Parts: sequence; structure tokens; C-alpha cells
Amino acid sequence: MAKRTQALKDPWREQRLFVSRVIGAAVVVLMLTSVLVGRLVQLQIVDYQRFSELSQDNRLRIEPLAPTRGLILDRNHVVIAENLPTWQLVAIPEQIADLDGVLRDLEALGLLDPAEHSTLVELIRSHRGFERVKLRNLSETEASRFAVRRHRFPGIDIQEGLVRYYPFGPVSAHAVGYVGSISSSDLDRIDRRNYAATSYIGKTGIERTYEHVLHGQVGYRQQVVNAQGRVLLDPAESESEARGASAGLETKWPEPGRNVVLSLDMRLQLAAHEALGDARGAAVVIDPSNGDVLALVSTPSFDPNRLAAGLSRSDYAALMADPDKPLFNRALAGRYPPGSTIKPFLGLAALEHETKAAHDHVYCPGFYRLPGNTHRYRDWRPQGHGNVDLHDAIVQSCDVYFYDLAIGLGIDLLADTLHSFGFGPPTGIDINGEIGGVVPSREWKREQFERPEDKVWFPGETVIAGIGQGYTLATPLQLAHATAVLAARGARYRPRLLIGTEETFDGGISYREPEPLPGVEIGEEHWKVVHDALVAVTQSPRGTARTPMLGTEYVVAGKTGTAQVLGIAQDAKYDADLIDERHRDHGLFIGYAPAEAPRIAVAVVVENGGGGSSAAAPVARKIMDAYFAMQPSTAVGNYVAREH
Amino acid sequence: MSLASIEWGAKPRKALGSQLLGKLVVDVPLLLTLLAVAVIGLVVLYSAAGEDPSRVVRQAMRAALGFAAFFVMAQIPPRYLRIWSPWLYCAVLGLLFAVAVEGEISQGAQRWLDLGIVRFQPSELMKLAAPMMVAWFLHDRTLPPTLPQLVVVLLMITVPAILIAEQPDLGTALLVVAAGGLVVVLAGMSLRLMLGVAVLGVALAPLLWMTMHDYQRQRLLTFLNPESDPLGAGYNIIQSKIAIGSGHLFGKGWLNGTQAHLEFLPERSTDFIFAVLAEEFGLFGAVTLLVLYLVLIGRGLFIASQAQDTFTRLLAGSLSLTFFVYVFVNAGMVSGLLPVVGVPLPLVSAGGTSMVTLMGCFGILAAIHGHRKLLPA
Repeated sequence: MAKRTQALKDPWREQRLFVSRVIGAAVVVLMLTSVLVGRLVQLQIVDYQRFSELSQDNRLRIEPLAPTRGLILDRNHVVIAENLPTWQLVAIPEQIADLDGVLRDLEALGLLDPAEHSTLVELIRSHRGFERVKLRNLSETEASRFAVRRHRFPGIDIQEGLVRYYPFGPVSAHAVGYVGSISSSDLDRIDRRNYAATSYIGKTGIERTYEHVLHGQVGYRQQVVNAQGRVLLDPAESESEARGASAGLETKWPEPGRNVVLSLDMRLQLAAHEALGDARGAAVVIDPSNGDVLALVSTPSFDPNRLAAGLSRSDYAALMADPDKPLFNRALAGRYPPGSTIKPFLGLAALEHETKAAHDHVYCPGFYRLPGNTHRYRDWRPQGHGNVDLHDAIVQSCDVYFYDLAIGLGIDLLADTLHSFGFGPPTGIDINGEIGGVVPSREWKREQFERPEDKVWFPGETVIAGIGQGYTLATPLQLAHATAVLAARGARYRPRLLIGTEETFDGGISYREPEPLPGVEIGEEHWKVVHDALVAVTQSPRGTARTPMLGTEYVVAGKTGTAQVLGIAQDAKYDADLIDERHRDHGLFIGYAPAEAPRIAVAVVVENGGGGSSAAAPVARKIMDAYFAMQPSTAVGNYVAREH
Repeated sequence: MSLASIEWGAKPRKALGSQLLGKLVVDVPLLLTLLAVAVIGLVVLYSAAGEDPSRVVRQAMRAALGFAAFFVMAQIPPRYLRIWSPWLYCAVLGLLFAVAVEGEISQGAQRWLDLGIVRFQPSELMKLAAPMMVAWFLHDRTLPPTLPQLVVVLLMITVPAILIAEQPDLGTALLVVAAGGLVVVLAGMSLRLMLGVAVLGVALAPLLWMTMHDYQRQRLLTFLNPESDPLGAGYNIIQSKIAIGSGHLFGKGWLNGTQAHLEFLPERSTDFIFAVLAEEFGLFGAVTLLVLYLVLIGRGLFIASQAQDTFTRLLAGSLSLTFFVYVFVNAGMVSGLLPVVGVPLPLVSAGGTSMVTLMGCFGILAAIHGHRKLLPA
């Protein structure tokens, strides 16, 4: 090599080398061309008869086969979502000459909603000519109404299909979600090929997040059809199976989706749903030992079966326009001022950072004033609580004590501690739609506001942060998560709904491990102080949750909260009777039980319910009663049988 | 660049009219064959496009633009091409980077560069720029190339190829590699080394496989075996084979292809147009087109063998052989011999950029031959 670079350029030698290469290349070109011609001869002469038949008399067509969607089960394998047989109206695009006209005729028959005309046109056009596009599910009578007029609609057909069914209806709606027709926007986020035969897709909740587990893999079968599209030979039909195989027709059966097993316990979910009743609100129950969400309820709810069967545009609009917002998932995305439920966490922060000792006393005259300022921050009890320490302040929910605590702690340490309990950013639960809350701090305010004068942090804002008002916001899920951390004395797990997946063919379940999060490091003696105070909230005569928790067979550690919706002027009084129902305070309760060895952590928010002890704590009581009354795995099945 | 433009500007000043007419370079065999192919293309397209005259007119205009490119390129003495090579290469490479960055921003596949009036694909130009660059690089060096030189050449080819593959446009990337690689082969790269590269490629394949994501593996498997995916690429191949096979010796006749006209055949007017030709004109029609292609390639290789310096020799040889790669990959894919890659049938498939660049390339071949005697040896 080294010698060669030294050599002089020799045009003659190079020319000869080049020509030999060109000749070589020409030989290769001729050889490859012969291969091409040979291939053409094979296809056009040798196999002509076969291809000619396929082309002139028959056509090979591929019919995609939809996989069966996986079931959704609760932790005791109670079915929450299943598939039931139904009739479906389908369109075969290539057989329809006048798409607009055909759809209009179907609308005149009352089989399609005119409001969806353009959506359906777009949907049908987005499919391959031979694919069967599902238009909607039909009831028994609708199916027969179409069947007798079938000859008038070439390219429109009815077929048997499966529809998603949720036995618990509204009870499971917000946790499990629902499926719906595949929209054009859905098409952008899926592999279209895998959905060639599928007619619905998960829209929210578990159905959406675990779509890839539930859906399965599409199959197909090859059919021979004539020029009009009639099936002449279908290997899936038994009598033609042998002929199909001999004609080289292939069938690949779809792979069904996997079942998913949720952490939910439907008995508890039902109890929570019923406990909330007609109220607007949310309840979340978490197992502190692993983050399993045992119940996740948002009311009012909606019937996912109506959405799965296909809601008409006007019904959907009505649902959207409902002032109670039944489609809104309050448990995941409702942001409420946590009010006094924040107090135990702030108490722990002050103890850990040693800005207050457990037995330091603060005198509460019924209001609090910052030094050199006349503004009075009121206590909920106008006559005050007198001299209180941390224990008393939590038990009686003294505001003045926590105003003072917040000023002593400072907003930055306060925010740090709340973050460590999972307030602020979303908890990362495994279904989408979760929104984070707000933990205000100097930094947060700098980023949040545009104008320089708004970016300044005022001491007064620290004062009201001490009672969970002002900018502070938390979702019911965040409250339940933080309560679980409190119950587990600092151990944190990411809240989760999916605990395992089940193979449909052999029923083998693979369970997933809980996901630990960085824990909260606080001294054992501090946990004890706050824990004892939370027990006293329900047990001591002055405790704010004594009445609703009277006579429980287990001990509850809890805290009530009341979140202001309206700001109240300096000297005005809050009078629930005089205020519009929607401007009444939100009631909150957080708690865990049994206090000595917690098994569940509960958070309840009742919108405009008034106080935490009167509106939210009774709901939590019913949920806890239900939990401790139930034996491991009993009678949800009975409930289902009774209702349906 | 400035030197070139001065000379270029100085020349016609002497005797503008007579010089242009007297020295007009046209390679008659190339021109006639190209005309024949273009006419066949338009005839087949009229049938493939559902007898829509407006689409044929549009394609005819593209062909006219292509012939204009042929004539313009034929007038440029090849030594200017040589001088421009590195500039052209760098400019196109820059455009590829620009497209990649823009694609990054818009979060989607990006091949087109919008120049206001015209949109074009820089990757198409790279099919010409890459072999020019390699030929320029080897022009002054002693052949066959040494190992370090080969490493430089490898970089020249792989950098743009990777950028194009990322777009993602695997077909064009492979053609750029082919065009550049063929220059090196023609330059006399030792056969032993070529064998070594092939062995290395085979040895590295499992390593590459291990580092790939699941979805990438799936895509590659479908790529290698379309029959495993009959709802997607496999469907196209099945229908295409039926179209070709049912053509027999002389075809079903123009406008009578059922596969094409009943819309069973996908991408009829672009990538799969060869199947329409084979269905309607049979083995006879398909072989006629292949023969015309062979005439073009043969003429190109002849021009290469007559060329007087290394640059023109390598460039002419590479352009001709790359043209064959197009034909073989497309016809092989349509007839089910090769996996499905998005490569159009040259000069016949509907589409503008490819038509103009290919005609420009034949213009270069004509120029290499026509300006031959003017060059000091």
C-alpha cells in the first residue's frame, strides 16, 4: 500500500483497469437483467393460468379479523369491563357508489344521526376500499328494520360484533374509563393496520392507558371474491376449509388482548360511590403499604355503556353542558384548596425543622396579626382557642397556631415538606388525565406570574398557606396519597391502578411490583406527636371529627378541612344559609385506619358541602365501615346479579 | 467558483450565436432512446392514472422540463462539473442538515424543502452530488485507491446516506450508497477488499440486530418478508404479482388491465407502474422497456470507456450503473423478487424531481462524450 501511493499516476494502466471493471459491470448488468426476464417469464408464462384466473374471474381479498379486547378485573377478579354480542351496522367503502346519498337514506330510516354525517364520511374515506367500517351498534329492532331493507343499500351490511359492557356502569366510570369509536385523531396515535378490523378504542382511564395491553393483535383471512365483491371462497367457513387450504388461502387468527387486574376493590368502590350519593365530590382510598388504589370515585358520574354503544352528538353535547360536569374526573383533576387537612403535614415540617417544639404554646385570641400590620387573619372560632400546643391545634384545628407556625417555618421550608409528601406535581398514577396541584413558594410565584410586581412574595401569603388556603391546591388523589404516606410514617409508593395482567389463553397472571418513591425522612418521635393528635381528632371530646366517627369498631386517625370558595371581607361573617349553594365551602376529610396498624388511607372532598366534619367525614366513615365489614372477597357478585 | 464564472462568462463573448449553434452538444442515441422511454411512460401513465388527461399533461410537462435539463447539462464542459463538485456536495449536504433540523422542529418526517415557488427533495440531488464528490476526490489520485483514501470516501458517502435514512427514506439512502460505492468499485478497489467489506457487513448484522428496538426489528422483518404482513406491504405485492402474471405474452391490451382499473393494484401511477405495463402489454411490453433501459446503460458505459480523464470516466460509469440499480430494484420489487423499497421506475413513474435529476444525469453523459475532444488529454 505504502509503495503504491508513491507511484506515479499511470493513465494507461488506470484506463485498462477501468475498462476491465466496466466490462465486469456490464456482465453483471446482463446477468441481473436475465434474472428479471426469467422472473417475468415465470409469472407471465409458467404461472399465467393461475394468475389469470385470480385476475379475471376472481380476486383475492384479505379480510382483517378483530382481536377480542381483554377484560378488566378488580383485585378479586370481579369483572368491571367485558364484551357482549351485538349487531353492528357496517359500510364497505368500495361497494358504495353514492356515499352521501346512502348515508342520507340511513339517516331517514333513523339508523344514523344526521349530525354525524360529515364525521362518518371522513371515517369511511379514511379506510381501504375493502375494509368493513363500523358505523354504530344497532338494537334488536333497528337491526331488523335494516335487515328487511338491506337490498336497497349495496355496500351497507349488518354483522355480529362485540360491544364493551361495564356491569357497574357509573360506579366504575371514572376509574376504568370507557371505549368509543375510533376518531380521526385516534388514528394518528395507533398502528392503523393493527386496528383494521377494530371498531372501538379506549378513550379515558384504564381503557386508554392500557389500550396496548387490552387490544391484542389483528388477524386476517384470505378470501376469494368475484368482481362484485361477493365472497366465493372463505377458508373460515368449514365446508370450504379444505378447498381454501388447497387454493393456498391463509388464515391467521387474531391474538386476543390480555386481561388487566386492577387494584380496585369493587365492594369498596361501590360503597364510596353510594356514600357520596348525589353530592359533587370525590373519594380516593389507597393501601399505604403499596400504593394500591382500592377505590377512586368521582361524582356525579356517567354511564360508560352509553358512550361505548355510541352516543349521538346531541346526547354528548347535553352531557358536556351539564353544570355538574359528570365527565369531569374530580378525583384526578379536581383541584381544591386543602384547607385544614394540610395541618398535620405542616406540624411535621415545623417539628422536623425545629422551628416549633411539640409543647411550645401559642395564644389564640381568635385572630392573628403580622407585626406592624393591622390586618387580622381570623380563626374559624371567633372567641379563639386560648393557649394551644401542636396537639391541641390539630385536634381543634386552631388556625392561629398554624398562622404562627407558617411564619416561623417560612414559605420555602413549608413548600419543601409538602413536595416531599407528593403535593404539587402529579403523583404519576398509571392512568392519564391526572393534573397536579399547587404548592406555592417564592420560586413558584416568580415563574407563575408575568408582571414583576406580581412576582413578589408577601408574608401574608405565607400566613394563609399555613391553613391550606391562598394559592395552595391539591387533588383528592394527592390528598389520599399524602395521607397514605402519613399512615406509613414516611414510606411512599406511587399510586397505581394496574396490579397485573392476565394471559387470556392460560389464565396466568403476572403481577407487577409496587413502585417505591423517595420516602419522607422525619424523626420517629415527631410522627408520634402528629399521629396521637390525629387519633384525638376522632376520639377526644373536643376533636373536630368526633361526632361522625362515634362508635366505630376501629380507631380512625384523621383530619377535617374546610376550603373557602368565597373570600370573606374583614368583618363580615360566613353564613351558609345566605350564600348561593355553589359558593358554599368545600368539605374535606383525610384519615387512615386502623390507627395502630393502618390498612387504608382515605381522602374525601365534597364540593360546596359546608364543613369537613359535617359533609366529608361522614362519607369517609361509610367507606371505612364498608372496608372493615367486608371479608376478603365476598359478595360483589351478588350485587351484580341483583342489578342486572 | 469565481475563476469558473469568469471563464464561463468570457467564452460566449467571442461569437455568441455561432458558438452555441456550432458546438451544441446532443448525444443522438441517448436522446432518441430517452424519447422512446418517455413516450412509453406517458402511454402507460394514461392508463394507470384512470384515463385522466390532466395527469398525463402534468407528467408531460415534467418530462419537457427533464429534456430541458438534459440539453442544459449537455452544454456544460465536464471540467466545470469537476470544479463545482465539492461546492455542490457541500451545498446539498447543508440542505440535508437544514431539512433534518426543520423535521426535528416540526416533529415529523421531512423530505421536502420549500423554496417558495418550487419544493424539492435535497436527497434527490445527493444521488448526483455524492458520486461527483467521490469522483472528484479520486480524480488526481493514483488508482486503485489506498485504504486511507477509501476511509475518506466512506465518510463522504455514509454521512449524507445516514441523514437521508433518518428522514426516513431508506430507498434513496441506499441509492446514494450505491451511486458513491459504484465509483469506488469502478476506480479499481481491490476485489479482495470488496469481499472483506461484504464479510464484515454480514458479521456486523447480528450486532446491529441486538442494539435495535423491538419496533425497529419488526419493521425490518416486514421489510425482508412482506408476505408476513398481508394487510400492508404484502397486499401490494400479491396484487402486483397477479397483475404481472395475468399479462401473458402480449398483455390484456391498453386500458384493459383489470387489476389497475378496478383499483386492486396500489400505487399504480408511481412505484407499481411497471405492473400496469406488464399487465396491459405483457411480457413483450415489459421486455421492450427493459431493452430500452439496457440501451441507455450500454451507451453510458460506452461513453465511460471513451472518457479521457478519471473524473468523467468514474462519473459516467457510476451514473449508468446507478440507473441500472433503479431499474433492477423497482422491477425486482414489483415482481416480488426484492423487498418493498420506495424506488420509482426511472423516467416512467409519475413524479417530478426524479425525472428532472435523471434527465440531467443523461445530459452529463452527453456532455462527457460531446466535449471530449475539447479537453487537453
